[in-house]
Amino acid sequence: MNTQVVSLTEHIPHRALAASKKDIGHIVIEDVEIVFGKGANANQAVTKTSLDIKPGEFVCILGPSGCGKSTLLSSIAGYITPTSGVVSVDGKPVKAPGPDRGMVFQQYSLFPWKTIRDNIAFGPKVAGRSNVECSSIANTFLEMVGLSRFADKYPSELSGGMQQRVGIARALANYPSVLLMDEPFGALDAQTRLMMQENLLSIWSEFGITVVFVTHDVDEAIFLADRVLVMSASPGSIIDDLQVTLPRPRDPAMATGAEFMALKKICLDQIRSESLRAFEQQNR
Amino acid sequence: MSNLGQATDVAEVRDAEPEPSTPTQRKEDLVGFADAPGLSGKDVLKAVRGCTSSTYDLLKKHGVSIVLSLVSLAAGIVFWQLATAYKVDFYINFENIPSPGKVFAAFWTHLGDGEFYIHIGVSMQRILIGYVTASVIGIAAGVLMGRSKIAWSLIYPYIEVLRPIPAVAWIPLAILMWPTEEASIIYITLLGALFPIVLNTLHGVEQTPEVLVRAAKSLGASRLQIFWHVILPAALPSIAAGLAIGMGVSWFSLLAGEIISGQYGIGYFTWNAYSLINYPDIIVGMLVIGGLGTLSTYAVKIGMKPLLAWQKRAR
Repeated sequence: MNTQVVSLTEHIPHRALAASKKDIGHIVIEDVEIVFGKGANANQAVTKTSLDIKPGEFVCILGPSGCGKSTLLSSIAGYITPTSGVVSVDGKPVKAPGPDRGMVFQQYSLFPWKTIRDNIAFGPKVAGRSNVECSSIANTFLEMVGLSRFADKYPSELSGGMQQRVGIARALANYPSVLLMDEPFGALDAQTRLMMQENLLSIWSEFGITVVFVTHDVDEAIFLADRVLVMSASPGSIIDDLQVTLPRPRDPAMATGAEFMALKKICLDQIRSESLRAFEQQNR
Repeated sequence: MSNLGQATDVAEVRDAEPEPSTPTQRKEDLVGFADAPGLSGKDVLKAVRGCTSSTYDLLKKHGVSIVLSLVSLAAGIVFWQLATAYKVDFYINFENIPSPGKVFAAFWTHLGDGEFYIHIGVSMQRILIGYVTASVIGIAAGVLMGRSKIAWSLIYPYIEVLRPIPAVAWIPLAILMWPTEEASIIYITLLGALFPIVLNTLHGVEQTPEVLVRAAKSLGASRLQIFWHVILPAALPSIAAGLAIGMGVSWFSLLAGEIISGQYGIGYFTWNAYSLINYPDIIVGMLVIGGLGTLSTYAVKIGMKPLLAWQKRAR
């Protein structure tokens, strides 16, 4: 049984850079409202929402499909400009997508024509770093996600879990201050997902990076997060803000503990009552 | 990653059950991040053995179909020979058609004849100039149209209006428009290749998955970098198809141009043979045109192959 694990500290040459980032990655969402369409067709995806996500915090946005949680994430990423209100990261208002906010997508979003190494090196490359730097960064992150052996393969030759690991490595290769994840493990089978969650937590603890993780899986949210934001559908709004005080490092065995169960019950009750409300609203 | 070992323990036990999941579940996933079991010498031996026997297998597998194809071709030539020998005139008239033997003899003589190569050379030069120009214009226009609504509105009407006009219909106007006959023939060749290339490029660009463009944006790529690293490669399979089709059509158009005007070229050679009542040469010309068209389309496909290597690995 292989239990040898790569220590990140040794493999990040820019460790000093990562450490100095301790105080950055502060996300502030002020009175953000997102409406799609105009006039009679207007559809309010996210109602007036304000949030303050602290540097280094692991936040999960939990909610049913179509509740606007991905839309909210997209506004932090800069793909969507809020109809009103401001999203800012470290005091700078978000206007467009940028390398300071790494994004991991739900679907496999690796470039199929680039090798794993070139996928990871993409960010540094477009930032104008030299080939030597690019390949050194790529090697660092390949090792971090345990895929050094697959460096010269193409994404289609890798399994879904491996592809998502590359996706995470690619986003981190820019040394972003924030990592945004849109249901990244949704398409994976149960065991792989569990593995990925643990791996993500260890990466996060080494990096000390702010993570905003969107999911509809209650267990996933509680297992990962410092803080779970429960979101309701139509119109999307945050209905609860739960602190998860489970000790770290987290262990899958905690999922059967009393504290975990209590949190899970709160989340499930809220989601159920919200779903019921939405259901009644539709049938009115 | 201290608790990694524990999770892999659980995962390894469950690994025994076959799992129908897409994308494919691989062992490396479950083994964890650090390292997975490598290839053994046995695997290598197996691969080598596989390679040597694959040629034989291929023959065995396709042997029947190859034999059938050859028999079919031979039957066609025998029919041609008989039809010309007995001067069959049953609605289709074989009286003036040269026999396969005469055609082959004519071809053989031309192989030692310098002028024959000039005809071929001139045609290939026209194809090269017309086709390369069409590729450059076609890919540029296709990409522009795919990424810019304004460019689309400006260019697309021309494509819709001009595309249905066959190359032959352009010949009189082309002669009036261009200063030399050579230029008008190249222009017609270019037109033929242009439309399949533009339309396929446009299609490819439009099909670029938006998530890849988004990913590139969040990784800090500029518009130009997105174009170069994302849109162009994403459109490449479609562009390659357009280039192959365009090559075929450009031969078709070239021939039309050469038959009606010009002093050299394989199309001229064919038409001239008819005027001079040198019937075997008509068929020699036709076969050479067919051969060159096939070869050049094949060359385009081979040329694009290294750029599409990533696609083949997907299977």
